[in-house]
Amino acid sequence: MADSDVILLDLWISVFGARVRIALAEKGVKYEYREEKLDDKSPLLLEMNPVHKKIPVLIHHGKPVCESNIIVQYIDETWHANSPPLLPSDPYLRAQARFWADFVDKKIYEGAKKIWTTKGEEQEAAKKEFMDVLKVLEGQLGEKPYLVGESFGFADIAMIPFCIWFYTLNKIGNMNIEKECPKLAAWVKRCMERESVTKSLPDAHKFYELVLEMQKKKGQ
Amino acid sequence: MEKVKLFGTWSSPFVKRIVWALNLKNIEHEVIYEDLANKSPELLKYNPIHKKVPVLVHNEISICESLVILQYIDETWKNTCPLLPKDPLDRAKERFWARFGDEEVLPSFFGYVMKKGKDQEEAKETTLAHLKRIEQLLSEKKFLSGESFGFLDIAFGWLAEYSHPLEVVAGLKLLDEDSFPNLCAWKDRFLEIPAIKESWPDQETLIAKFQESKDGSGK
Repeated sequence: MADSDVILLDLWISVFGARVRIALAEKGVKYEYREEKLDDKSPLLLEMNPVHKKIPVLIHHGKPVCESNIIVQYIDETWHANSPPLLPSDPYLRAQARFWADFVDKKIYEGAKKIWTTKGEEQEAAKKEFMDVLKVLEGQLGEKPYLVGESFGFADIAMIPFCIWFYTLNKIGNMNIEKECPKLAAWVKRCMERESVTKSLPDAHKFYELVLEMQKKKGQ
Repeated sequence: MEKVKLFGTWSSPFVKRIVWALNLKNIEHEVIYEDLANKSPELLKYNPIHKKVPVLVHNEISICESLVILQYIDETWKNTCPLLPKDPLDRAKERFWARFGDEEVLPSFFGYVMKKGKDQEEAKETTLAHLKRIEQLLSEKKFLSGESFGFLDIAFGWLAEYSHPLEVVAGLKLLDEDSFPNLCAWKDRFLEIPAIKESWPDQETLIAKFQESKDGSGK
């Protein structure tokens, strides 16, 4: 398949974009990467995602697919002949994978952001809430190598990009996520053994610098 | 013999969509009605993470989150009345709009109904903008899922079944035929589907329930 058949509109620093990059890499799909500027969105992005005007957007044969978790499922279903499967074949395990990907969507992003956008008591409350969420994931992992069973898949792809935020959270929130969630830390290490993951994730230190910049701009 | 239990409330739009899916696929099931102010130990056992309804329990395994449950039902009982289309792009589109419905349209519609004064005016504008998008989706289509109803119609079914009681409580008709001819036609079509029609909730009781929520919210 020619490169121009698959285009990814993305932002390298985005955790949501990283999900899609990981999925494409897992399936060995060649694509054209286009970096967007959030303050100067391309006409193509606005045309392909008129509802949310956000990245990532996967454009396949000229047709857009939006929302990172939806894009990952699309990639799995379209390139189903390419291994590995990103979702299990059993309906119950598929439901589990979707549940946990949805859990990450609902709880991680906003929960983490609260930590670097608040101070004092509000920040302490945000930290506690976020650690409670991570402990739920820790519980879900249990003795399993991955979030839903024995293989790396959809739920892991949904969560793993957020691991680059741990450095920022630990520094700004004065936390030690790896110490409090050893199973999660081990799972991160395990996922990082995959080339698809290491090649797709933005740099954790760069993200920290970005957050510091944002805080400075807001006078925090 | 498959044992299927659904934990829910009689008025939740999220529970309703599961009832519809089970009816459409002729899946025998038992509904266990929960009092959300006093959740049963069983519900908490089957949904320890979110502690919410609906929860589907199939042969003792539990599935939570309505859109996840719908896909589980579709993939498990795949030989009757398929809900999601086969084509990956069509599936992605339906998932996108279902998510948009749940994250934007439903909260703004319900929020608009429950608010008062200036807040209500603002919520009204957002809701109308969202409804215009759905209206557009229905141009040249009988159902949101295409020629025949499917996953996306079920995901938006709350709009068909709840819009009237919500409008009564809000004191304003949002879904009028002049502004939303496609949506109104879709609503009538959707409500005529036998499996949907047979579980039509009592409108007066729904109105009373929403009115109670609005009065109790103190906004």
